[in-house]
Amino acid sequence: MSLATVRVSPGFEQYLPQEYYDLVKDSQFVSPRKVSEMGSFKELIEEHPMCAGCAMTLFIRTMYVALPSPENTVFVGTAGCGRLVLSQGAVPFIYGNYGDTNAVASGLKRGLGIRFADKPKDVIVAAGDGGLADIGFSMVMHSWFRKEKFTTVMLDNEVYGNTGGQESGMTQKGMVLKMAPNGKKFEKMDMIGLAKTAGVAYIARVVPTNPNRVAATIQKAVLIAREIGPTFVQAYTSCNIEYAIPTPKVMDDAREVENARYQFTEYFSDDAKEYWDNIVVEKRKIKGSATVE
Amino acid sequence: MSLKGSAYAVLPGPEGLLPPSASVMGVVLPEEGEGLLEGRIVSEDESMEAAAIALLTRKNPTLFPGPLMIWGWTEHTREKSSPFFEIAHEIPGVRIIPMPDYRPIYPKIDPEAVINPCHPNLTIWHNKIEACILVGLHCHFANVTLKMIRAGTNCYTIALCAEAGHEDAMASVPNVGAEKLYKFAEALRRVKRNGVKPLYQGHGIIPSGWAQQAHLTGADIERPQEEVHVGHGLSHELERGLDENEE
Repeated sequence: MSLATVRVSPGFEQYLPQEYYDLVKDSQFVSPRKVSEMGSFKELIEEHPMCAGCAMTLFIRTMYVALPSPENTVFVGTAGCGRLVLSQGAVPFIYGNYGDTNAVASGLKRGLGIRFADKPKDVIVAAGDGGLADIGFSMVMHSWFRKEKFTTVMLDNEVYGNTGGQESGMTQKGMVLKMAPNGKKFEKMDMIGLAKTAGVAYIARVVPTNPNRVAATIQKAVLIAREIGPTFVQAYTSCNIEYAIPTPKVMDDAREVENARYQFTEYFSDDAKEYWDNIVVEKRKIKGSATVE
Repeated sequence: MSLKGSAYAVLPGPEGLLPPSASVMGVVLPEEGEGLLEGRIVSEDESMEAAAIALLTRKNPTLFPGPLMIWGWTEHTREKSSPFFEIAHEIPGVRIIPMPDYRPIYPKIDPEAVINPCHPNLTIWHNKIEACILVGLHCHFANVTLKMIRAGTNCYTIALCAEAGHEDAMASVPNVGAEKLYKFAEALRRVKRNGVKPLYQGHGIIPSGWAQQAHLTGADIERPQEEVHVGHGLSHELERGLDENEE
């Protein structure tokens, strides 16, 4: 909720739990925050039950900080590790059934557009590779074909981490996992290529080695989805449990994977590029005028 | 058969895992001017007085304000804050433990600071709460919360609802706005005037949440040497639990 529109009712402030008191006093709801300030203000997620060293958690924390308007954002997720964080964040979260996240998000975005015609409402699907590339594949593709205006973020840990290590469509060919003892026999799905084919307005592939870049990517994806069309972010968020990555080495692994096969890539449609360039120009103007003052 | 004549009594639990919802058992919602008392339709005044007596005479009375009370969404929600605190100041030894939103809180909650609809029983158990008011919750979460409290605790639940009321509460009044909250504060004063002796003496609200963290005080409460357990509170077979020594 935004403190611009919703404040604590008179007399209740001192009865708020500490976490909510901090959200009211020192969080993104009070003023926008930068990635470089993380750790110095109350973030939209604090406690969570994710594994120690989980790269997905770092990505999601960064994604929260990057939200252009958290009080006007709704997340849609599904079964998988990511929803354990997302359901506890201070941003509304809807749990879609496995497979139907992008259908739920389509209806939600349209409904919000009718209910709040005068206010932009951002919808973000954030789910795993299993939820989006395997079980939810049909819904994802059709939401893109229909040019639904919301963001799809794939938390790609290249495995079904929550259920014991089955291979997913996004697992690398040949990868041996606990529940894929003979190694995966097929190539990793090219979701970036499929997104281009479907006409997605903004597409990015990112690894959380550079938090500022993650934040910038999410901001682009959300703002372009608000006005132009569907956007897709594919984020490498390793599963250090199923891939047996020692906790202190999680970011080393991320860098290795980034260098080898997960380089940062982004693609704009023509409309999206023009829209984004205008935003950049406007931002510079605002920054310039602030400097003059 | 008159639905208003349902024989099912909505009493403090523990009712056991998965109790039937009171509506399934024939309990119906009250109309304007009426209230619910243990599953029966009674007058609004009778429901309020019974609720007031429970709050004054049962252990660790607590108010659970929900998001529609804590956050000043509209003038309608903000104007309820004053009578809410008037009610609180009429109940010696009262706590205020909010339910600021409905998101699940894992891996652990602080039961002295917050109540959560996913596991309200934890807060009730931890604080040994035997009477509570739920006010300002969205109805579907109030229903879940009330049922879970009845399933696993011996807490007397009171639902002051801005909409139609709640069958699963021991006492419930519908269409509660600021005016009816003032009326409930008056009901508390009236039952005290009529001779109901509060379990606790003193005044003020026991700090919780941020106030507790900041070591703020403000309550001067005298607890009886040995807290009197008013009424047996437990209504069904599960109250006795299992005899671990039974062969």
